[in-house]
Amino acid sequence: MLELKGIRAGYGAVTVLQGVDFTAKSGEVTCIMGRNGAGKTTLLKTIMGLVAPRAGEITLEGAVISGLPAHQVPGRGLAWVPQGRRLFGPLTVAENLEIGGLLGGHKPQVKERVLELFPRLRERLNQQASTLSGGEQQMLAIARGLCLEPKVLLLDEPTEGLQPSMIALIRDSVLQLKATGVAVVLVEQRVEAVLQMADQVAFMAQGAIRAMVVAQQLSPNAPEFAEFVGV
Amino acid sequence: MAFGPFLLLALMEGLVTAAVLSLAAVGLSLVFGVMRVVNVAHGEFFMLGAVIAWFVSTMVPGPAWLAFAAALIVAPVLVAALAAMVDGLVLKRLSYNPEATILATIGVMYMIQQAALSYYGPDARPVLAPFSWRLQLPWFGYSGYKLFVVLAAGLVLLAVWLGLTRSKAGLVMRATQVDREVAQAFGINVGLVYRGVFALGAGLAALGAVLYVPISQAHYLMGHDPLLLSFIVVIIGGLGSLRGTLVAALVIGLSDGVISMFFSPTLAKILATLLVGLVLVFRPQGLFGAKE
Repeated sequence: MLELKGIRAGYGAVTVLQGVDFTAKSGEVTCIMGRNGAGKTTLLKTIMGLVAPRAGEITLEGAVISGLPAHQVPGRGLAWVPQGRRLFGPLTVAENLEIGGLLGGHKPQVKERVLELFPRLRERLNQQASTLSGGEQQMLAIARGLCLEPKVLLLDEPTEGLQPSMIALIRDSVLQLKATGVAVVLVEQRVEAVLQMADQVAFMAQGAIRAMVVAQQLSPNAPEFAEFVGV
Repeated sequence: MAFGPFLLLALMEGLVTAAVLSLAAVGLSLVFGVMRVVNVAHGEFFMLGAVIAWFVSTMVPGPAWLAFAAALIVAPVLVAALAAMVDGLVLKRLSYNPEATILATIGVMYMIQQAALSYYGPDARPVLAPFSWRLQLPWFGYSGYKLFVVLAAGLVLLAVWLGLTRSKAGLVMRATQVDREVAQAFGINVGLVYRGVFALGAGLAALGAVLYVPISQAHYLMGHDPLLLSFIVVIIGGLGSLRGTLVAALVIGLSDGVISMFFSPTLAKILATLLVGLVLVFRPQGLFGAKE
């Protein structure tokens, strides 16, 4: 589905990604774990075309998407839920969803499906996004991404700063998406959440994937967590 | 003239200033709000609008209203096209870097100004108003055209507001203003949005100038005052805030009219600049701007 081969990317004189090889399959959750500065967020931004790769190739269902202008990447079937939510704060919930549906032509059934997944947003459609609670903001960030009807959903630390009930809700939503055949790439730091959601786990360090492990083979005390995440 | 009618006259003059100013300032504010570009050449787009209106008025035969109507369309379109070119040739190449674009637009300002001096000349030239109807009040007569300027500016600003808040293009512009990177991740062509916004901002300034030139004259240095006043308005109102820009344009326009008539135009400018200083010290984000 989504394949990265030898991706090198960075900012200015700094090369952050030092040759990343990585595959995400449809109907699977691929978690990316690593310490701060390992290159996780840069990796997602590079997939979205927001950071231009200096070498390597990114393909989606066999078609090369690396090198496309950033605004053409989501049209190929990729959605990104950035770290810290980064909603369009002064816009309403409905307007945020409308931005999400720009490429899909605002199909009412898509919006309806998204609101079924996050019913709490339905009550807040005319509310300014910045006034939502942290959990609701995260729901909106994911819902906005889902309005694109993505084949691949990139989630950057969606449970960061959320209370346990919200984390459970986000986890259930991710599992539902997985069941519909979406390939989910999830950057996550919580071991428990990773073990509940992931099919495979990629451990990143110094801009490269150092280990790729099937999630079922990992326990909370697995040495990879201590080595690559420091927990 | 008694105090009351004199004050009324001053307020009416102030309203005309506010109307023209708000068109120019909204353009400047939109460009900064969405693109984070401080466009120092904005006043020259205003000047070009007036100069093009003069050229159109000399080229279109027939009644004055016909030439004026043609200028209302031709000048904003040509100025918007020039602005789009400036965006592509200058601003985009500088990656919209805030500091670099200030310097670059200073260069653009001088280029446009000197081009106008070369091809239009140093003279101030009049453009006929489309009609000469006067409103006769019990105390004085007042130009019907000036009232038309207020009405036309009000309608254009209403259209801009509706466009920004009710249309898909407006939604895209507002989203880009909030977060350029995330906007791209939802398929928004930010480069195209920037080009459109820069052209729209310049076009609004040119439109303001076409409305203004029959009550003034077209001159190659006439862009200075609108630029200064537009900066005053957007700083007081809050950079990027449409509501703030409109309120500040009204305050500055009306106070300019009243102070100019009762005291002197210089005092009006001094007080407006003083107000900017106070706003920058006590509320740097402007009266309606969001704190960064």
